[in-house]
Amino acid sequence: MVYFLIFISAIFVNNIVLSQFLGICPFLGVSKKIDTAMGMSAAVIFVLTLATVVTYLLQMLLVAWGLEFLQTILFILIIAALVQMIEIILKKISPSLYQALGVFLPLITTNCCILGVAILVANGTEKLPMGAEHGMLTGTLFAFATALGFGLALILFAGIREQLALAKVPEAMKGTPIALLTAGLLAMAFMGFSGVV
Amino acid sequence: MSNGMKVLTNGILKENPTFVLVLGMCPTLATTTSAINGMSMGLATMFVLICSNIVISLLKNLIPDKVRIPAFIVVIATFVTMVQLLMQAYLPAIYDVLGLFIPLIVVNCIVLGRAEAFAAKNSVGLSALDGIGMGLGFTLALTLLGAVRELLGTGACFGFHLFPDNYGALVFVLAPGAFIALAYLMVIINKLQKK
Repeated sequence: MVYFLIFISAIFVNNIVLSQFLGICPFLGVSKKIDTAMGMSAAVIFVLTLATVVTYLLQMLLVAWGLEFLQTILFILIIAALVQMIEIILKKISPSLYQALGVFLPLITTNCCILGVAILVANGTEKLPMGAEHGMLTGTLFAFATALGFGLALILFAGIREQLALAKVPEAMKGTPIALLTAGLLAMAFMGFSGVV
Repeated sequence: MSNGMKVLTNGILKENPTFVLVLGMCPTLATTTSAINGMSMGLATMFVLICSNIVISLLKNLIPDKVRIPAFIVVIATFVTMVQLLMQAYLPAIYDVLGLFIPLIVVNCIVLGRAEAFAAKNSVGLSALDGIGMGLGFTLALTLLGAVRELLGTGACFGFHLFPDNYGALVFVLAPGAFIALAYLMVIINKLQKK
């Protein structure tokens, strides 16, 4: 039951984009079409889950050696290396998956939700529902659920923006302002979930 | 107007990182719950931006082209760690509020963007000026957004109450208000620029 609640909490109640403000850049950048939004979401789900497991193990080493101050530098390097590695492996093993995700993988290194979630889980400060304990399993589930939440927000937003492209928008609001306003309304809708878990 | 002056004002007005380039949106939206918080985040980013611009400009001939991005990231991450430790030691209250967003300056697109687009190609002096200009532009934008949200949300500005205590639409301090306030600020700036 607790594991189920982790999913509800991370996807709806504490949505990473709309209530935690992580990963706004890809949220605004690759949300013009549903297809690209889906590709980006799949890449984030893949990388975020993997990166969280790897950095969690790394953090245990850092704590054992008393080198916690190196956390930021090492995490970002590990994530960059991991993304490169995934890219090379995918190219070799599954060219079709590489074709679908390839463009998005390099962009993910600078997606702050990857480093953000990795730091949250490694420090044991992620928002978990009552009764769940911080640890490797819950941390990994939290990362996976968070990535699903990112995907949900991104695909919903892309759907709205596809419709919005046909609407008549005042001159000064074209482009980013109207996108931000839409995101604000979406965030307001997600606020309705607060208190569920 | 001299070249240096042009570089300095470029970041504040013509290529303002928040309102014109639309870079670094995560800290912009997340840390502007009040004017003070927005300003602290802007100043922390400005420090990293100036230092990394100077160091990268000094190292630009030593770094091989193929590994320049990882090298830039290491330089930036070093300064971010310094800011993080300094704030933790001397400004614990602000450190607690900004929390996760201090280490996340590493992945702020403005810092890496200026390193790649400006510091890697220009002299040390100009790079430092570019860092100051961009940093000021970012700080001003964050302070403005923070002030607007604080005023609409709680009726205060920089902590001073301008309206009675029970005034204020709380939604502007919460997540949706960040998006909406920034959207309307951008609309106003677009309008003013058209004229």
